[in-house]
Amino acid sequence: MEAHEEKPIIYTMENKPIVTCAGDQSLFTSLYTSLAQQLPREPMEWRRSYGRAPKMIHLEANFVQFKEELLPKDGNRALLTFPFLHIYWTDCCDTEMYKASVKDDMLRWQSTLRLHGSVDWLIVVVESEAKKKNKTNILPRTSIVDKIRNDFCNKQSDRCVVLSDPLKESSRSQDSWSSFLTKLRTLLLMSFTKNLGRFEDDMRTLREKRTEPGWSFCDYFMVQEELAFVFEMLQQFEDALVQYDELDALFTQYVLNFGAGDGANWLGSFCAPVKRWNGLLLRRPIDMEKRELIQRGEASLLDLRSYLFSRQCTLLIFLQRPWEVTQRALELLHNCVQELCLLEVSVVQGALDCWVFLSCLEVLHRIEGCCDRAQLEANCSHTVGLWTYATEKLKSLGYLCGLVAEKGPTSEDLNRTVDLLAGLGEERPETVNSLQSPYKKLNEALSSVEAFEKHYLELSHAAMEMYRAIGRMRSARLIGKSLAEFYMKKGDPERAEGFLDDSLRSYVAEGWSLQVTHTRKQMAECQKLLQQTEDYLQTSALLAGDANLTVEERKHFCQEILTFASQPPAPSDQTVALSMAAFAQLRQMQFSPPGAVVHVGAALQLELRVRCLMPVAVKVEQLAATLHFSLEQGGARGRAGSAQRRTGQGPQGQGDGVVLFPQGSPLAGAGMGASLLPALELYEMQDRSPSDSSLNSTGVVCKNMHLLLRRHDSSASLDTSSVTLSLLVALSFSLPPLSTLSVGRVQFVQSHIYPVVQYEVYSQEPQLTIEPLSDNLLAGIPQKVKFTIATGHYSVKKGDALQLSNTDSMPILHSSCCSATILSSTGERVGESALSIQSSEKVTSISLPPTPPYHTLEFQLEVLCHIPPTPFKPDIERLTNGEVRHRPKSHADRGMINIDQKVSIDCPWSIYSTLISLTFYVPFKAKHSILSAGKRKYIQVCLQNVSDTIFHLADPVLTDTHTSSLSHSLTHLFGSSLPQTVCSQQSVFCLWEMRWVERLPLCLQCAFSASFAPVSASDAHTAFKPYRYEFQLDRVSTLYSLKAEILPPSGDQHCRTGTLCGLEVSITRQAEPSETEGEEEESTEIEGLRTTKLMYEVVDNSSNWAVCGKSSGVVSMPVAASATHRVQMEVMPLFAGHLPFPNIKVFKYLPHSAVPAIQPDTDSCLENDTMSLLDKGLDDQGDTASIRSRGSVHSVGSGEQQRVLPMPRLEPFSPGQVFYLSQGRQVLVLPVTDDHVMEVNVT
Amino acid sequence: MAVCIAVIAKEVCSYWAGTKACTPSTCGPAPYTFYLQVFGHFFFSPLFNQNYPLYIRSVPIQNELKFHYTVHTSLDVVEEKISAVGKAMADQRELYLGLLYPTEDYKVYGYVTNSKVKFVIVVDSSNTSLRDNEIRSMFRKLHNSFTDVMCNPFYNPGDTIQSKAFDSMVTAMMVQAS
Repeated sequence: MEAHEEKPIIYTMENKPIVTCAGDQSLFTSLYTSLAQQLPREPMEWRRSYGRAPKMIHLEANFVQFKEELLPKDGNRALLTFPFLHIYWTDCCDTEMYKASVKDDMLRWQSTLRLHGSVDWLIVVVESEAKKKNKTNILPRTSIVDKIRNDFCNKQSDRCVVLSDPLKESSRSQDSWSSFLTKLRTLLLMSFTKNLGRFEDDMRTLREKRTEPGWSFCDYFMVQEELAFVFEMLQQFEDALVQYDELDALFTQYVLNFGAGDGANWLGSFCAPVKRWNGLLLRRPIDMEKRELIQRGEASLLDLRSYLFSRQCTLLIFLQRPWEVTQRALELLHNCVQELCLLEVSVVQGALDCWVFLSCLEVLHRIEGCCDRAQLEANCSHTVGLWTYATEKLKSLGYLCGLVAEKGPTSEDLNRTVDLLAGLGEERPETVNSLQSPYKKLNEALSSVEAFEKHYLELSHAAMEMYRAIGRMRSARLIGKSLAEFYMKKGDPERAEGFLDDSLRSYVAEGWSLQVTHTRKQMAECQKLLQQTEDYLQTSALLAGDANLTVEERKHFCQEILTFASQPPAPSDQTVALSMAAFAQLRQMQFSPPGAVVHVGAALQLELRVRCLMPVAVKVEQLAATLHFSLEQGGARGRAGSAQRRTGQGPQGQGDGVVLFPQGSPLAGAGMGASLLPALELYEMQDRSPSDSSLNSTGVVCKNMHLLLRRHDSSASLDTSSVTLSLLVALSFSLPPLSTLSVGRVQFVQSHIYPVVQYEVYSQEPQLTIEPLSDNLLAGIPQKVKFTIATGHYSVKKGDALQLSNTDSMPILHSSCCSATILSSTGERVGESALSIQSSEKVTSISLPPTPPYHTLEFQLEVLCHIPPTPFKPDIERLTNGEVRHRPKSHADRGMINIDQKVSIDCPWSIYSTLISLTFYVPFKAKHSILSAGKRKYIQVCLQNVSDTIFHLADPVLTDTHTSSLSHSLTHLFGSSLPQTVCSQQSVFCLWEMRWVERLPLCLQCAFSASFAPVSASDAHTAFKPYRYEFQLDRVSTLYSLKAEILPPSGDQHCRTGTLCGLEVSITRQAEPSETEGEEEESTEIEGLRTTKLMYEVVDNSSNWAVCGKSSGVVSMPVAASATHRVQMEVMPLFAGHLPFPNIKVFKYLPHSAVPAIQPDTDSCLENDTMSLLDKGLDDQGDTASIRSRGSVHSVGSGEQQRVLPMPRLEPFSPGQVFYLSQGRQVLVLPVTDDHVMEVNVT
Repeated sequence: MAVCIAVIAKEVCSYWAGTKACTPSTCGPAPYTFYLQVFGHFFFSPLFNQNYPLYIRSVPIQNELKFHYTVHTSLDVVEEKISAVGKAMADQRELYLGLLYPTEDYKVYGYVTNSKVKFVIVVDSSNTSLRDNEIRSMFRKLHNSFTDVMCNPFYNPGDTIQSKAFDSMVTAMMVQAS
């Protein structure tokens, strides 16, 4: 290293602790090589005082010949030259010789040491076989050592070591070497500990004296640095660094105290004006010039700081922490600037900038010197600060020395430059030969405008590049912005523009308004210079509306626009279009009518509210709005739908036609987003299991998802229930995607409006609707219907008429006072005029009053729909002119039967007929039933009012429509023939007895008729309308009667619970078979006796009885009157009391050979369970109980299977064919005994 | 002495929290049009805005612009530190970021809340009375007060802070610091 030549022994890194050698020099010289080699080979643990952590160190030593001068004088605290150990070498093995010379020599040596207070010594006795052999009078070898120990090592026998045959390769020699080295190391360390400890104590004492008046920091600095040197010498860089850091901190604290008013005297020397600012010097390990300055107390603050930092830097690089250097360097530079300021040191203007600039570059050079390129690139973030700082400083120097001005430096600037360069002094010898030294750079940069520009740009771009590389875009842009400022100063706006634009964009994007304003002002200047008129005006407009500027500035920019606007346009010039956002804000838009839906030809008023952002009043010459036309074929969308959409438009689109626009200028972006959008409404949702309320799942539900997530470009969903579908062409205008304000030659354009505002212009086809006035139209009585004609674009002329085709089932009733109302499109009543209705045989013609387009015409008519007489069947469908279609589908809730009546209307505006369907409901529901008492028959008709209307009902009549013969007659037994009131859901029952002379016909066609009128009808008599109900009765005569008897067990008068009773069922044939019936009844002829098979079954649904044994069976009945069959069964009552008889059912039993013929019109359906029971062939009196169990296995019982397999079938009788005599009978059952105790407590 | 205190909005607007796929920085123009369709509102509002000042105040007022520039630039370092911390230890996150970077005139300190709202305090370099501990406690106070602001049901997250309580707290802090 360079310093090596200057100071040969100390202050180089080759420094080693000094060990003196006395005694036999030639002996030592022979051993020196191996000693110097072997000493550092093994580390030793160094235990240290003050609780510092022990360290392993490799010891080295500088062995020098012992001289008395080497021993430190009193008060000399130099540690580097301090001999830590004194060794006396001897190979004496001869007592005589020892006594003669060696002992004296040793004594002298010892006394010298003692004189200087040194106790760190060692005597080495080297033994060699060779020497022994040469001597004849050898004493035992131990004796010499013992003697020495005796003479000198007073209780310190370890101070004398024997080294045997050191130059031989024997194990003995090696052992002695290693023990010697260990001893040497131990003693060295002991010496270090002791001497350094003493030194540190002294140093601390000195530091404690710092409040005393005469104390000098520089002296103390030298002392502590000595310690640092020693640590450095011992390769303990960390400890050495600590020493410097302590000095640094101490000094900093003094400066701070000075700032606080507590000035130490010695600080005065640092307050001297700064004369030299030649930057840091980091290329030497120790800058001796500066050190000497400090030693002499002549150092300036910058000198001290520079020296201190150069030492720290050296140590940090030894420690391989180069990035700490850069960080500390930046801190140091900032700190120095602050400290000079604090100490009020006078500095030539710009001198500090020079110093900082040079220092930054010096540090960077130093770092570059010790790292490779890849490392440097990876650690840009550590160096970029220095680059930036250097750039800044160079820039400020440039401004100071007039190198940035367009005209170049003035003479004053040049003088200043000369002064600054003078303070740099001569270039240091280390860098004289390098081309890129900081010194040269600064010199060059300050020498000419061009060179300055080159260096400044180079630095700026380097710093920007680095910032970009590490992703610090904002910092990069800031440099870019200062570059832009530089270019502007140089009169080069083209280059400035890009940087300004980039910065401006980022500030706008991040919403920093102050920066935006500032940059925009610079931008305006730049654009003005570049004569970018449009951009300049745009920027001016933004600035004129910028609240961050003063009113004067804003007025200035506003005036710029107005001045331009008022200039007469040059022929080539177009008008300038600017964004309106800066100039004015659209605040509100109001439609009248509020729905913003008008028909063709109507007027739509639009009120705009615009807020001017200019500081002064501006006269706007023209305001224009551009509309975007979009044609919508609103085939499916009705008027109602579009109106709905408008009202449900969200926060902006209010129902009153007002559209509010979001507030805020385009750059005040903070918070705007939030106010625009409805806030998310989130709710926590927890799903807990019902049993132990442990949490199954949890989540967040957004409640107003429909507001946040929806399309804005199309209509909202249509509620079809409230929308009248119509043919409608809606022309919707989105208004205005482009609105323009113009001032003179300047136009302000807003290209988009949000929310999108639109109004609809529609053109509507004329349309006719017919609606019932009440909820339901009732059939059978006159009903009012409302005709509504929306004229649309058609204007109804005089003589226009609606032609209604007449139908038989729905005549249109005339009423004298029939008038039509004309309404305007907004629902206002315009006029009223009478209608004339003319009716011919086929057509009813309604002549309409003249009505203007887009009006509504309303009138009412009375119609009557006749009730069809029969119960409707699905296949009944008449196609007449009026096309009546009956739907058996009953009205959803009340079982009302409805009739769809279609009306065909010819309208004047169309060549096609309009078909309109009206639904009528039949207000009554009729049921009939046949009742028997033995052979007597009764017919009951039940009529239920299923409508909401209250009716009068009169003249219920039942007639036999078919035969009208005398063979039978119907006698009205029950049901008043006088008018009676029937409320809603009320039923009226009528009963007739049927009598006949000979025999009852197999089939009866009956018709029930009655008159009814609504109670509310004014003219009760004429209002009565007929109601007719036709029905047919089949097989009404009684064939069998059943009788059941329950017999108590023998010897008992009454049945008792739990005891078996007899059940006797007698089946009696009531009538001879008729011809027709005989065919139906399946009979067999056995031995001339016609019998038919019946199956009976005892069923007790109420579980009062337990049927024991068989409960069903098949009997053969002779087909003859009064033939009786008795069946005995056993039943057991399960309860006490009057028990109803069990039910007994009888079926026709058809053998399997019979053709299956299940009659479709049978009212009661087959008992499925009994069917399945008997799907096996049954014997006449087969045990059904056992079959029951077997049958259950096969109980499939589906109809198909029965048809395929030839199996016996069951067929029920028609109602009335079997009469059960014991229906409703009861039998008394007594409880078994009185062992049931009932407790009754009466309180 | 000069002090500047700033609160800066979090990086990603709350509406986008959770929609990882399309943060504005990662997405090109295609997802942008997607937003346009779904959230028509977003198109015209600068919602992609991030790192805008929710609150910024400085004394003395003359240097305001310089402070704004300093605070804005410091966000670079804040982001760097946040991402570095995020990598290292996401759990035991230290909210205080320490000295962001020194300049010749100012010291810039940073602090970031768990919801990534950033606090920045700028003080004069010569202000030696403010040590790390003082700055720490200033941030803590600021955070507490900010939490109160956020708890206000009438405050819309993302709006600039106009709370009087917050303002007076900052005033008190500035008086104390300078």
